[in-house]
Amino acid sequence: MASGKNIDPLWWGLFSAGGVVAAFLVPIHIILFGFAVPLGWIQDAATLYQNWLVKIYLFVLISLPLYHWAHRFYFALNDMRLGIPRKPLAILCYGSAIVGTIATVWVVLQI
Amino acid sequence: MNEPTVTLKVSRYQPGQDGGPRMQSYTVPYRQDWVVLDALNYIKDQVDGTLSYRWSCRMGVCGSCGMMVNGVPKLTCAAFLREYYPKEIRVEPLVNFPVIRDLVIDMSDFLDKLKSVRPWIIRKTEKPVSEGEYLQTPEELEAYKQFTQCINCMLCYAACPVYGLEPEFLGPAAIALGYRYNIDSRDQGRDVREPVLGAHEGIWQCTFVGECSEVCPKDVDPAAAIQRSKLDSAKGWFKSVLLPWGGR
Amino acid sequence: MNGTRPDKSKLYYPKMPSTWWLKTPAYFLFMLRELSSVFIALFLIVYLTRIYQLTHGPQAYAASFESLRSPGWIIFHALAFLFAVFHSVTWFQSTAVVMPVRVGGKVLPPRTVTAVNIGAWIVISLIVLILFVTLRG
Repeated sequence: MASGKNIDPLWWGLFSAGGVVAAFLVPIHIILFGFAVPLGWIQDAATLYQNWLVKIYLFVLISLPLYHWAHRFYFALNDMRLGIPRKPLAILCYGSAIVGTIATVWVVLQI
Repeated sequence: MNEPTVTLKVSRYQPGQDGGPRMQSYTVPYRQDWVVLDALNYIKDQVDGTLSYRWSCRMGVCGSCGMMVNGVPKLTCAAFLREYYPKEIRVEPLVNFPVIRDLVIDMSDFLDKLKSVRPWIIRKTEKPVSEGEYLQTPEELEAYKQFTQCINCMLCYAACPVYGLEPEFLGPAAIALGYRYNIDSRDQGRDVREPVLGAHEGIWQCTFVGECSEVCPKDVDPAAAIQRSKLDSAKGWFKSVLLPWGGR
Repeated sequence: MNGTRPDKSKLYYPKMPSTWWLKTPAYFLFMLRELSSVFIALFLIVYLTRIYQLTHGPQAYAASFESLRSPGWIIFHALAFLFAVFHSVTWFQSTAVVMPVRVGGKVLPPRTVTAVNIGAWIVISLIVLILFVTLRG
C-alpha cells in the first residue's frame, strides 16, 4: 500500500524506467550520433523525423533517462558530502529532468 | 625457541579517559590454524587483560565477534591469521557505530531497528489452534529461507556507506528481516510494516552499493531483499495511485 | 528484559570522511557507476540540440553533426560511450538481483540472467542500427 505522502516510489519508478531505456538504447545511439553520422560513415535523413513513431521513440529515449540521472545524481551529491542543501538540490535535479522532458516534447513537436 | 609471530595493531579506547581511539601493537604467536579471535584471546589471557571485545561461539553462528580487520568488516572467528601473515593485522571496532570501549560498539540503534520492522508473523485473521498448523510447501519455504539466515552480526551496517552517512537509515539487516516476513506465506503483515519499510529512511535511502551482501558471512544477500522490497513497494504505490478504487 | 544502555556521553562517535568513496575499489566503482548517469544525460542533451536543428532545415541539421567532428567532441562521445556501456553492464547485473527469474521451478543464477540481458542488448542495438540505415529514406 502507498506510504501516504512519500513519493519516493515515483522517482524510483522513473529512475528504473530511465535506467532500462539508457541501458538498452543509449550505447548504440552514441555510436550512431557521436561517431557514425558526424564522421560520415552513415548519412542521416531529415525525413525520418516526420514519422510519429520516431517522434515518440525520441521522446522516450531522451526524457526517461533524465529522471534516471536526476535520482542518481541527487543521491550521489548527497553521499559526497559537498554541503549542498537538500531541498534546493532536489528541486534542481528533478526540476531539470522535468524541464528536459518539456524541452524534448517541444522539440519533437517542432521537427 | 623461535616461534613465528605476527603483529596485531588493535584499537584501544577508554571511555571518559581518552579523547579518541589509539592503536596499540601486540606481538602474538603465529599459528596456521589460528583466527584473529584466537590472537585477541591470546592477548587478553597472556599479554593485556584490559582489552575488551565481544565473542561467543567462535564458529560463525552467534554474530558476536564482528570487527574491522584491515579495514574490512569480518567475523574475527572466521578471519585466519594466515590470510594476512606476515604483514601486520589492524583490528578496529565495526565502523558506523559509536564505540563504547576498545573493540566494543553500541548496538542499541541496530536492535531498535530490528524491532521496528515487527519481525514476527502478523495475521489479519488469526488461525485458531483447532484448525491445525500452517502448511507450507517446499517452494514457499525456498522463497524466503535465505533471508532467515541472518545472525545479526552487523557487518552489513559497517559496510554500508549510506548507514555511515545517514544514521537514521533502517539498514540492510533490518530491511532483509522485514522482507523475510513479508514474503513468508504465513504472514499477512505487509501493510503493517509498510510505514517503516516504505518510509524515506527505509528502503528508499538505499542506493544499491551492494557491499552489505559482499561482507555477509551467511549469504543472506540483504541487497537483493532491499531491491525486491523497492519493486514490491513501488508496484503497490503505482497501483494505489493509478487505480485508487482497487481493493488491497 | 531491559539491558543496560551505555552512557551516551562517554561513547566515541566516529566521523565518516567525505572522501569515503575513495577508500576502497568497491566504493569507487560504485560512485563511478552513479556518475555514469551524468554522461548519459549530457549525451542526450547534446543529441537533443542536434535534433532541434531540424527546425532550421536539413542543411542546418547536417551541419550540426559536422561540428561534432572536433577532437573535443570525439573525446566526449568516447567517454560517454564507455560510461554508457559501464551503466548497461552494471544495470543488467542489478536487474538479475532485483527480479529473480524462475524457469520450471528453478531460479536461474544471476550470471545467466545478466548474460541473457546482454544478449538482448546487443540484438536490440543491431535492430536500431538496421532500422536507422534502412528507414533513412
